[in-house]
Amino acid sequence: MSEQPTVPSAEHPNPATESTDIVTPSSRSWFSRVMSSSAGRNLGLVIALLVLFAIGALTAGERFTNFENILTIIRFASIIGVLSIGMTFVIIGGGIDLSVGSVMGLASVISTLSVIQTFAEQTSWIVMVIVAILVGTLAGIVNGIVISYGNVVAFMATLAMLVAARGFAEIFSNRSTQIVRSQEFIEVFRADFLGIPILIWIFIVVAALGWILLNRTTFGRRTIAIGGNREAARLAGLKVKRHTVYLYAIAGMTAGIAAVMILGRTTAGTSTHGTLYELDAIAAVVVGGTLLIGGRGTIVGTVFGVLIFATLTNVFTQNNLNTSVQAVAKGVIIVLAVLLQQRFAARNKR
Amino acid sequence: MIKVDHEPALLEVRGATKRFGAVRALKGVDISIAPGEVHVILGQNGAGKSTLIKMLAGVHTPDEGTLRWHGELVTISNPVAALELGIATMYQELDVVDGLTIAENIYLGHEMATGGFSQRSRANKSATELLDRLGHGNLSPSREVGSLSPANKQIVSMARALSRNAQLIVMDEPSAVLDSEEVKNLFRVVNELTASGVAVVYISHRLEEIREIGDRITVIKDGRSTANGLPVADTSTSELIRLMTGRDIDNVFPARVPVPADSPEVLTVENLSLKGVFDRVDLSVRAGEILGIAGLVGSGRSEILETIYGARKPSTGTVRVSGSQLSPGSVTDAVEHGVGLSPEERKSQGLLLDQPIFTNVTLSSFARFARFGFLNENAERAAAVEQIEALELRPADPDNPAGSLSGGNQQKILLARWLVHGTSVLLLDEPTRGVDAGARAEIYALIRRLAAAGTAIIVVSSEIEEVLGLADRVLVIADGHVLTTTEATQIDEHGVLDLVMKGSAA
Repeated sequence: MSEQPTVPSAEHPNPATESTDIVTPSSRSWFSRVMSSSAGRNLGLVIALLVLFAIGALTAGERFTNFENILTIIRFASIIGVLSIGMTFVIIGGGIDLSVGSVMGLASVISTLSVIQTFAEQTSWIVMVIVAILVGTLAGIVNGIVISYGNVVAFMATLAMLVAARGFAEIFSNRSTQIVRSQEFIEVFRADFLGIPILIWIFIVVAALGWILLNRTTFGRRTIAIGGNREAARLAGLKVKRHTVYLYAIAGMTAGIAAVMILGRTTAGTSTHGTLYELDAIAAVVVGGTLLIGGRGTIVGTVFGVLIFATLTNVFTQNNLNTSVQAVAKGVIIVLAVLLQQRFAARNKR
Repeated sequence: MIKVDHEPALLEVRGATKRFGAVRALKGVDISIAPGEVHVILGQNGAGKSTLIKMLAGVHTPDEGTLRWHGELVTISNPVAALELGIATMYQELDVVDGLTIAENIYLGHEMATGGFSQRSRANKSATELLDRLGHGNLSPSREVGSLSPANKQIVSMARALSRNAQLIVMDEPSAVLDSEEVKNLFRVVNELTASGVAVVYISHRLEEIREIGDRITVIKDGRSTANGLPVADTSTSELIRLMTGRDIDNVFPARVPVPADSPEVLTVENLSLKGVFDRVDLSVRAGEILGIAGLVGSGRSEILETIYGARKPSTGTVRVSGSQLSPGSVTDAVEHGVGLSPEERKSQGLLLDQPIFTNVTLSSFARFARFGFLNENAERAAAVEQIEALELRPADPDNPAGSLSGGNQQKILLARWLVHGTSVLLLDEPTRGVDAGARAEIYALIRRLAAAGTAIIVVSSEIEEVLGLADRVLVIADGHVLTTTEATQIDEHGVLDLVMKGSAA
């Protein structure tokens, strides 16, 4: 790296051999290089998670460290986790989706409407799953169209959806709780597979698919390009508007999946499902190292972000500390994570 | 009228230099400004005028050199320090706050207030006095600035400078946003200011304006002052143009390759207009030909390229590539038909600075390497490396972030992008902006090589010298109108400047 070959090629000799147009190799230390790479950011998250585990083990001992409790932590994380994967795509693409929590509530209500449940009983419980995912995806597409083609700021468009979807959920459910009638549905989502609850499997599968989509496909490349520099992506010929719609559709779809999961856990659909989940999802994504301005972020980081918050909650619960203290700790973690991010971003600038 | 010899200059700069990373923006500037004069700074784009202005405004501090204010050595370490000395700057993009009133804008940063409560009526009253002094007593100080015309915003900006008791007001191309009537008023105001002892540093490209308003001229070229305090009245236009354009490096432009007589017309643009920007532009480029577009800033040069490319939707006209018509306003369609654009603002419009070089190179073509939507990064990297080597991009590591490269190498990334994609028409907007002299020659050679390989190329540049040196044919435009199309060898820089200055004054 340190040597600069300045061999002018024979066919087009370079008239200015001593060009100042060469950037000297950076003098950043090995440590700061590792720390500012994506592995380094995730390393920080691993350490944070380990510290939380150590605190849990020290303060609550076996109650914290036993396998059942670990599963509880992850099961607790899985619903927010699925939402966070969709949110990661939206945020890397340069947007934000505040509506996922209430879209999740709406999907839980519509898929447990009497009509749908009757139809499901006649055919299969899968109908409810499909309906929930369809409702979520549709809401996402509406968000995307309003943002992309209506040129409405994402924050406002999805805030409107947040309010409206909750309203629709209340109208459809008449503010009552709709019990899931299909025992089969309940059993499927209560079951274990290889000793691990289905809800966790869903999170694992969604995260894995999300990772592949982001890192291995043209879709992921477009997402990063559009979030990193919208104008450059447009001028390179990418279909920026259409892709933006897809991103919100993905976030909506994960909200639909999360609705199915919460139906499985609570065995009922209600308009209050998912209240404020959007904030937990955004917090997990940001703590996981995804930049709110877009263009950079990882699925692995998001998974760690989700696990960190879930572990934190568990540590507090195990020690019988109240939720208010928990909330304060969460806030502190978010601010610390963002401060660290800015430190790295500033260091990477030059 | 000017008593330079008897009393110390108001402001004297000696040997100022400024370096940004590898780029030396100022290599030694001397300038001496007397009280009550209009001192014109003349220079081509990229000569270092903005850096010099920002130095006076305290935005940049010089690396070397001295500043004397009334004969005293001073350092202007920040914008507030400049204002406290008595130097106010009116930038081209007027820095007024649209949501505030005229009076609030004038006293922004030094509000009239007691204990945090603003004294609105007192501020309004003294604002009116200032506006009156500028011949605009009719403007109500409580009017919101957002509703004002650019000319009146400029008055507000000037009143703000006066409210700071400025002894020196720097005006960066103040006439660029004004029509001829408003320019007359501006000159009246400037004359009143200088009559009361305020010095004005005036920056403009329009020579006839300089003749009318200026007392003395300092010419900046390639970061150096090539002439210092020339009296306007005694200096001929041709002398000024020579001072502005005299060469540093000779023969940087590669030899032209004659376009074969049977070379087909690749790009055909007919009757293309963008409302309010440019009007009924016809042009055509043949395979292997380089067409240059010369004109001043704001003449519509970049917009023409962007409209051909589909990044803007034309109000009339058609663009055809090898006979097939492009769908108006669709970049994707243009790219699919083999048109590539290297945009004016490389960093904000061209590159993903965080991302590795190779993904920047394949940004328009990565889908082609993919299978069933799955990326093939190895193939992408290989294709990128091939171009990185052909273009001698340094450092050549395809995994380095694009943002770590210098301007010249970033430009090569954009060229490489279109080489990998495969284009028959290449639109280059300011291909050497922010590129060092040495690397420029390389870029020129590359562009010529691309043409020789059969690409139809349009080059837009604010440096007329570059357009003339590089292009086979030149289109001269002013205010969105094509003035003439001619062989590049049939016109010189002087001729182009002459045309556009007459054209934009008309």
